[in-house]
Amino acid sequence: MGTLNLEPNIAQPDDFYESLIGIHRDLTPEQSAKVNARLVLLLANHVGDIEVLRQALAAARNE
Amino acid sequence: MTPFLSDVFPYARPPELGNPGTHRQVVIVGAGPVGLTLALDWAAKGHDVLVLTAGDQLSEGSRAICFAKRTLEIFDRLGCSGPIVDKGASWNLGKVFLQDRMLYEFDLLPESGHQRPAFVNIQQFHVERFLIDALARRAATPKKNMESERSQSIDLRWSNRVTDVQQRDDRVELTVQSRDGVYNLSCDWLIACDGAGSPVRKTLGLKSEGQVFQDRFLIADVKLRGAALAKFRNERWFWFDPPFHRNQSALLHRQADDVWRLDFQLGWQADPDVERQPERVNPRIRAMLGDDVDFELEWVSVYTFQCRRMESFVHGHVIFAGDSAHQVSPFGARGANSGIQDADNLAWKLDLIVRGLAPASLLHTYDAERIAAADENIVNSTRSTDFITPKNEASRIFRDATLELAAKYPFARRLVNSGRLSVPAHYRHSPLNTGDTDSWPAATPGPGSPAVDAPVVSDGRESWLLHHLGNGFTVLVFTGGGDVSVDLADAVRFLRTLPIAVSAVIVARESVAATDDFTVLRDANGAAFARYAPAGEAIYLLRPDQHVAARRQGLSETWLGDALRRACMTDIEFNAGVC
Repeated sequence: MGTLNLEPNIAQPDDFYESLIGIHRDLTPEQSAKVNARLVLLLANHVGDIEVLRQALAAARNE
Repeated sequence: MTPFLSDVFPYARPPELGNPGTHRQVVIVGAGPVGLTLALDWAAKGHDVLVLTAGDQLSEGSRAICFAKRTLEIFDRLGCSGPIVDKGASWNLGKVFLQDRMLYEFDLLPESGHQRPAFVNIQQFHVERFLIDALARRAATPKKNMESERSQSIDLRWSNRVTDVQQRDDRVELTVQSRDGVYNLSCDWLIACDGAGSPVRKTLGLKSEGQVFQDRFLIADVKLRGAALAKFRNERWFWFDPPFHRNQSALLHRQADDVWRLDFQLGWQADPDVERQPERVNPRIRAMLGDDVDFELEWVSVYTFQCRRMESFVHGHVIFAGDSAHQVSPFGARGANSGIQDADNLAWKLDLIVRGLAPASLLHTYDAERIAAADENIVNSTRSTDFITPKNEASRIFRDATLELAAKYPFARRLVNSGRLSVPAHYRHSPLNTGDTDSWPAATPGPGSPAVDAPVVSDGRESWLLHHLGNGFTVLVFTGGGDVSVDLADAVRFLRTLPIAVSAVIVARESVAATDDFTVLRDANGAAFARYAPAGEAIYLLRPDQHVAARRQGLSETWLGDALRRACMTDIEFNAGVC
């Protein structure tokens, strides 16, 4: 069972952030919500480990 | 519309009318699939049977249609599965569609070597009819009542409505309304199989609590004729957002008599009275099945769903089973199937209790085991319903995203939930289990799990393992072959000394000479040994409901006695004078 990595782990943080914002360009809030949902599902599957996912879900809700 | 099986069952004037009330050991209320299964099981155990039911007909419309493998195996134990399987539509395969393409398919019974399929679809009234037939056969060939020398009495009373229930310290008092007037009865145990609206539960002021889902579904049963029949298969087809019913879900199941179950999601705003009108229903059916389809509407209903249960299924001397105790949404076929497993779990425990072989506290394990099963069913059913009917905007967005991704990527197909179909309960945490001390492969039936079927040869004839397990406790012994070992013969002889009847079934790789002491089966193709994984000689102790109570590599009488005592919570001394 893994532990959610909360230390810096993205090699090029500014590039990532720019890309993240970039995928929402020209989208309505509804379209953005759909993109985010798909992104969450894709990343969640990549992580796979239910313990890590639970920690991430809790952290996302500020719990 | 054509009627359903419209038999009206004969009413007979109850003998209690005008007489002082009589006392019964057990009274069953309700003659649906659960009450009738329990009645059959109670009869099979040699008791008098009294079933009281308000109605005088089989259930209206097709209602429950998907009867699961475990249910069929329970019906096999009670000798009534054959006609149900012959009449119904057997299926193992489900397909899930998004719009006009198939997302994925699932096989609910991917391995061979099982007598029964994953599911048989058949209208509930047919199942009721076959159960009543089996009960009538039993009544026509009366056995001796197990407590006395007189014949067993089997009494299924139509048009007898229970109007009042009073709990006393040691019994239950009933008031019953018959066509000819009111009479009183008392009993040691009252079993309420009287459905989701349970009048018995209401009379006692008890609640079944949970959540109502804010959605409506249209169910239409249609009889197809001619070329239309070849268009669809014996499979479960589920659509999200199909072209014929945009932005909603739809479901298709084959049943007996060329009747198909169509299920359309309508949304919470739909008006049930309007939606069930044929002029409204027929265009939906044509859109789904094709304009050229020749069909006749058999039954229409508009549903809302609830997932709820009682806090406890046993209240003093009143026991609840089936929908009266717990309710789920239909997605997953977990309603009738779980009710029938309730009956399967309850009958043998109550049998031991009324015969004085087990304490009344054995019923706590009916509560514990079946509440765990009900909770598992409620969780699965709630998750399916939450996927099919998202509760808020965020869950709708995730549902749609899952479906979109599932069209492209295999990972998301695992998240799509169109119903997780009924599987048997595994009572892994039951206090009746004796824990494993040997190591066993994970796929084998461990303590609490139901016995697994396999093809066997009995007396030179092909047969199925589960058919040989009987109605009481069974020790299932796996042995190499040749002569029966001294230890095994001793263990089997030991069983015959016990106050609780235990039969012995030996499964061998090679032929073993049968004796009067036990049934001998030969493993037909290695499946039995593969599924039960004995290292050398191994023994499984099965409860009367065919769930594993204990298992051991190697034989031991002391262990067997202890495991049996634990499985029925009895303090009767077993080993005296034997070992």
